[in-house]
Amino acid sequence: MNVVVCVKQIPDPAAPSALDPTTHNLDRTGKLILDDSDAYGVEMGLQLASGEGDEVILVSMAPGGETSGLRTALAMGAARAILISDDSLAGSDALGTAKVLAAAIKRAEPDLVLTATESTDGYTGTIPAQIAELLGLPSITFAKKIAIDGSTVRVERQTEAGYDEVESPLPALVSVTAGVVEPRYPSFKGIMAAKSKPVDVVTVADIGLEAGQVGAAGARQEITDVSKVEARAGGEIVVDDGNGAARIVTFLEELKVI
Amino acid sequence: MPVATVWVVAEITESGPSSVTQELLSKARSIATNVAAITWGPDTASHAAALGEYGATKVYDVGDVGETLPGVPVAGAIAALIEGGDTPDALLVPASYDGRDVAGRLSAKLDRPVLTNVVGLSENGGLSSEHTLFGGTVAATAHFTGEGPQIFVVRAKSFTAEPGGGGAAEVVSAPAPAAGATGTATVTARHVEERTGPKLDEAAVIVSGGRGLGSADKYEMIEELARLLHGAAGASRAIVDAGWVPYARQVGQTGKTVKPNLYVACGISGATQHLVGMKGSKNIVAINKDQDAPIFSVADLGIVGNVHDVLPALIEALKNR
Ligand SMILES: Cc1cc2nc3c(=O)[nH]c(=O)nc-3n(C[C@H](O)[C@H](O)[C@H](O)COP(=O)(O)OP(=O)(O)OC[C@H]3O[C@@H](n4cnc5c(N)ncnc54)[C@H](O)[C@@H]3O)c2cc1C
Repeated sequence: MNVVVCVKQIPDPAAPSALDPTTHNLDRTGKLILDDSDAYGVEMGLQLASGEGDEVILVSMAPGGETSGLRTALAMGAARAILISDDSLAGSDALGTAKVLAAAIKRAEPDLVLTATESTDGYTGTIPAQIAELLGLPSITFAKKIAIDGSTVRVERQTEAGYDEVESPLPALVSVTAGVVEPRYPSFKGIMAAKSKPVDVVTVADIGLEAGQVGAAGARQEITDVSKVEARAGGEIVVDDGNGAARIVTFLEELKVI
Repeated sequence: MPVATVWVVAEITESGPSSVTQELLSKARSIATNVAAITWGPDTASHAAALGEYGATKVYDVGDVGETLPGVPVAGAIAALIEGGDTPDALLVPASYDGRDVAGRLSAKLDRPVLTNVVGLSENGGLSSEHTLFGGTVAATAHFTGEGPQIFVVRAKSFTAEPGGGGAAEVVSAPAPAAGATGTATVTARHVEERTGPKLDEAAVIVSGGRGLGSADKYEMIEELARLLHGAAGASRAIVDAGWVPYARQVGQTGKTVKPNLYVACGISGATQHLVGMKGSKNIVAINKDQDAPIFSVADLGIVGNVHDVLPALIEALKNR
């Protein structure tokens, strides 16, 4: 079984994020790392594609031939990666990104495509369904458990009220939530092996798309204004010396909650 | 060009149109001349009155989609209407599980972009949307530059639900076209987690717990306090990921946005991704043993203390009233 896992390489979320003041694109000039949200998909893929001849293939779109996040996922155990890197991709919106990822995924002919439900930095959250539609695949989003049974994928899908058991024939796309599985840490051996694993770097033209469909040119939306949100002011701070609960009770009375 | 027609993707729950559906219809009414709802389910016609009350004059009825996940059939039905020449200027879609599926599928089908995580909309000749970034510290305004229909995916609690007193909406059949392989994901069983008290996004009081509780069993204190205050129990992502409580309880960027009258955060540090989901609450009380915890920067009342001391004492005091 071939599993494609879409992974995003993002600026370290622990570092302060910023928008470019003129283009309003997210600043991606620093070092990029594997989005934590994607480690779940990588781990799930590795567990599902663990048989003889099975393969986990990573698909990522990133500027400047960036591979540091991919190396992390390769070190976890993925076999190889397809990286779409092209100057014309800067400023891509969700649909443009989905078109690029879908075109690259097609080359890998997967039985299963895994994505996160949303990325940590952009979190538009529509890309899984967009990719599935572009590839003509069924999709099950918000998986908290996945099992493969022959040519069927069975998923526990989060819902407002609890969860649903959902199934679909393969090939299919499944988006995974944090907690679907516990991601492994790359071993030293894995990290060494990852250095020589193949990363196929392709351009927009290589995957059969035109520059006008992607990047800022294809985005058809723009940010017109960015402003700082006024912070909510803090209030009274009380150090509990046994009277903390009583202070809360008074506060609740003032609010007429009790 | 003023906005003539807005369609709202309307989700129906056991008690009628969902609260976010009511919010979107209320907003749509204030920015557009014609408002229609697109809905699905076994008995759509019975909701025509409720949808009309919030502003829909027309209901496009996709019909019963059975056990098929709604994303594909609902997006298919909308695309079929649009290809048939019935086109809205904009579509408002709830940022829910199924709403996101509908918006993503539709965007790819129509080759139209989407703007997601919308928390505000304004009409000034066209539509612009507001978004919060970086944990709610930055606000951005955006708009579409190409041809419509414009697809906006809107977060719950962005608008106030207000009945407009409209009569029952006219129901028009809008069946989903055959979907082929894409429509083969089907639900085989549904599991509903037990809940007592109000829903998280409708409660006037929310008591939330975080990792500072120390262990899963201590979450009982959160539930008990919530019960005593006739509220709902919420959680930080840390304890949802740890499996202490179901995801439906999660407050924050990847969980629910809540705006109760009172939010009590217990053992929650106040990461930006948590704050963005609750800092619209009217009153905030925080209990945390670390006086530098960021949650205190948004709290009206902050108690620097141990949850294992403060919560039992508070529960005891409330019980004795
Ligand atoms: C993309 C993304 C999305 C996210 N979405 C969400 C989201 O939707 N919701 C969300 O909540 N988080 C979200 N997070 C996670 C968020 O960054 C934090 O990790 C999380 O909110 C932390 O949860 P916590 O406050 O319970 O735990 P911690 O950060 O570990 O805080 C525990 C707190 O408890 C206090 N404490 C410990 N012991 C005691 C005690 N005995 N008495 C009193 N206080 C005590 C500590 O001082 C500390 O402040 C997201 C993160 C990312 C990257």
